[in-house]
Amino acid sequence: MSNLLEVNKVSKKFGDFRALNEVSITVPKGSIFGLLGPNGAGKTTLIRIINQITMPDTGTVRLDGDLLNSNHIKDIGYLPEERGLYKSMKVGEQALYLAQLKGLSKAEAKARLKYWFERLDIGDWWHKRIQELSKGMAQKIQFVVTVLHQPKLLIFDEPFSGFDPINANLIKDEILRLRDDGATVIFSTHRMESVEELCDDIALINKSNKILDGKLIDIKRQYKINTFEVGIKAADNSGLKHELSQKFNVSPANFKTLDNELKLNIKIAETETPSELLSFLTSRGEVSHFVELIPSVNDIFIQTVTNN
Amino acid sequence: MNHLPLIIKREYLTKVKNKSFIVMTILSPIIMIVLFGVVAYLSQLNNDKVRRISILDESGLIQDAFKDSEKIKYRILDTMSLGAAKSLVEEASSYGLLHIEKVNDVNALSNHIKFYSEEAPSLTLISEMESTLEKKLTEIKLENNGVDVAMINASKTPVNIAQESFKGEKTSKIDSVVKLIFGGAIGYLLFMFIIIYGNMIMRSVIEEKTTRVIEVIISSVKPVQLMLGKIIGTSLAGITQFVVWMCIGGVLMTIITTTMGIDVSSMQMQQEEMIKQASVNPELHMQVQDFIMAFNHLPIVNLVIAFILFFAAGYLLYSSLYAAIGSAVDNETDTQQFVFPVLVPLILAVYIGLFTVIEDPHGTVSVVFSFIPFTSPVVMLMRIPFGVPLWQQLVSLLLLVATFMFTVWFAAKIYRVGILMYGKKPSYKELIKWIKY
Repeated sequence: MSNLLEVNKVSKKFGDFRALNEVSITVPKGSIFGLLGPNGAGKTTLIRIINQITMPDTGTVRLDGDLLNSNHIKDIGYLPEERGLYKSMKVGEQALYLAQLKGLSKAEAKARLKYWFERLDIGDWWHKRIQELSKGMAQKIQFVVTVLHQPKLLIFDEPFSGFDPINANLIKDEILRLRDDGATVIFSTHRMESVEELCDDIALINKSNKILDGKLIDIKRQYKINTFEVGIKAADNSGLKHELSQKFNVSPANFKTLDNELKLNIKIAETETPSELLSFLTSRGEVSHFVELIPSVNDIFIQTVTNN
Repeated sequence: MNHLPLIIKREYLTKVKNKSFIVMTILSPIIMIVLFGVVAYLSQLNNDKVRRISILDESGLIQDAFKDSEKIKYRILDTMSLGAAKSLVEEASSYGLLHIEKVNDVNALSNHIKFYSEEAPSLTLISEMESTLEKKLTEIKLENNGVDVAMINASKTPVNIAQESFKGEKTSKIDSVVKLIFGGAIGYLLFMFIIIYGNMIMRSVIEEKTTRVIEVIISSVKPVQLMLGKIIGTSLAGITQFVVWMCIGGVLMTIITTTMGIDVSSMQMQQEEMIKQASVNPELHMQVQDFIMAFNHLPIVNLVIAFILFFAAGYLLYSSLYAAIGSAVDNETDTQQFVFPVLVPLILAVYIGLFTVIEDPHGTVSVVFSFIPFTSPVVMLMRIPFGVPLWQQLVSLLLLVATFMFTVWFAAKIYRVGILMYGKKPSYKELIKWIKY
């Protein structure tokens, strides 16, 4: 069994509003899975279904091969986007309570909390009340509480919001480490650069439907635009530009160079190969820059959502 | 996994450790006792004051009717003009002047009596003088018509009907009074308990919503469990608070009674005096005996068991509704439109209990409302001291428990959806829709 989570044709209606329409996703074991989509697309509903907070109308969810049931609560760690802690409870008490709700014994929870609090440098907050802490500090505690019971599946909804860049980095490293230790991570965010950096697989949900999913690298290939960013220096730059625009689809490019080169984005036809383009260019002038333009997740997101 | 004990523990401990809860728990009985003491002291002060009233009786018929009492001293003025009498009374700083004009016709006399005073006279004083005058004038008129007043007085026969049930239990009027006090106290206790701790549950649900901790919690716990845990935990905190109140109240009462013993006993004396006056045949020890007998007549075992069951079921019924309300709104100010309809049957129950059950504990209205689940806890508990057949109690309890289970289900549905809804002020229509989610 290589997939930890299999969501199969899940639909959910709230009154007349269809929140999810036969959405299926598979999350491979040990991967970081990006769940993307515009606001109100149905991501949160899907996450809540996986957490058994909401029941689906139709469709099934399997975790590690078994249909979701109450025993799975301890296998999932969930950091919701709308999160918070009891304001007037002390940090330690609260973390213990939440850990015990996830099935840890009090002693076990205490030992692990000590470890994590030291690791994230929050050891001396044990007796502080949440209302005395800054937002970022409270977020750290919330993160610890989410991962404390060592769940197989971790679901993070916008995990970096409220963190400064240093702490965001710290959390990112922790997420990667948890993945390396064998956890599977579902990651929902609007920060495309972190998706780019972290995710192995993604699924894109828009208006209650899944419109795209797969390995991030495969999707990028699929969205390949066959365009190359080129810097070239010839004796007659404008003449070369004219010649190139006759032969290819050319648009001006913008990047930094040291010399006064001709900077272009050149799109080649499906039948042509990059080396053909390169050898043509080297025959015309001195090539200083030759990069394939890979669509960013951001571009893919915007393109698929607007076309949908 | 059953997390109910864990949730109950947290709810209980956070409530009990809360500063304002502790302050309320300790201060409330002290405030009550101090208030009680102040009122007792003040009424004592007031009672000690002796009022002097001068009477200018130009008709010469009435003056001998007024007898001095502990608190009112009468002085009959010699014949003088009204103006002179007024200034005399003012100088002597008497409480007031009762002026009876000279009228030839006794029948018209009642319209010619006036009371002059510096300030507005006390109502009890006026009514006391009125009754004295009425009695005297009636006697005079009777005598004028040739009736022997002494004979009438001698013929007055006080009647005190002895009461006995078919089973042979002796009862008395005091019985009804004791039952009334008992039923009223229980009904009122339930009413207060629901309002105070129902609100506490509601606030605690809203707190979870506003701090947004709710989604984390319900990813580990079933909403129904969380709701029940909240209700039970808060109720236990409530019971703790009540017990502490009783203890502190009891201790303080004992301290006050021992240190200011005379005051309290004199107050009791007054009350007994009042009872003595009100009762036709005043024999104090008989009264006390009646009272004890009445207390013994209460179906104690039945009452205690019924109290526990009806109280628990009724309280849970209402508190689950409070929890549902808390889940449906974002903040406390939005709760009003939902809380009021919940309170209506409760208020209705208390009024029916106070006015109908007392009048006719086994009448149609009392019986019907002691079966309707939302009013039955209060009304049935008020009826039980008057003796309710067991089958009626059981049917009523069964209905109550069934309704309670239904409301918990209903509340849990609303709760489940409501706790995740933000920014919407829900309408009733929407709440109904949530049930289907």
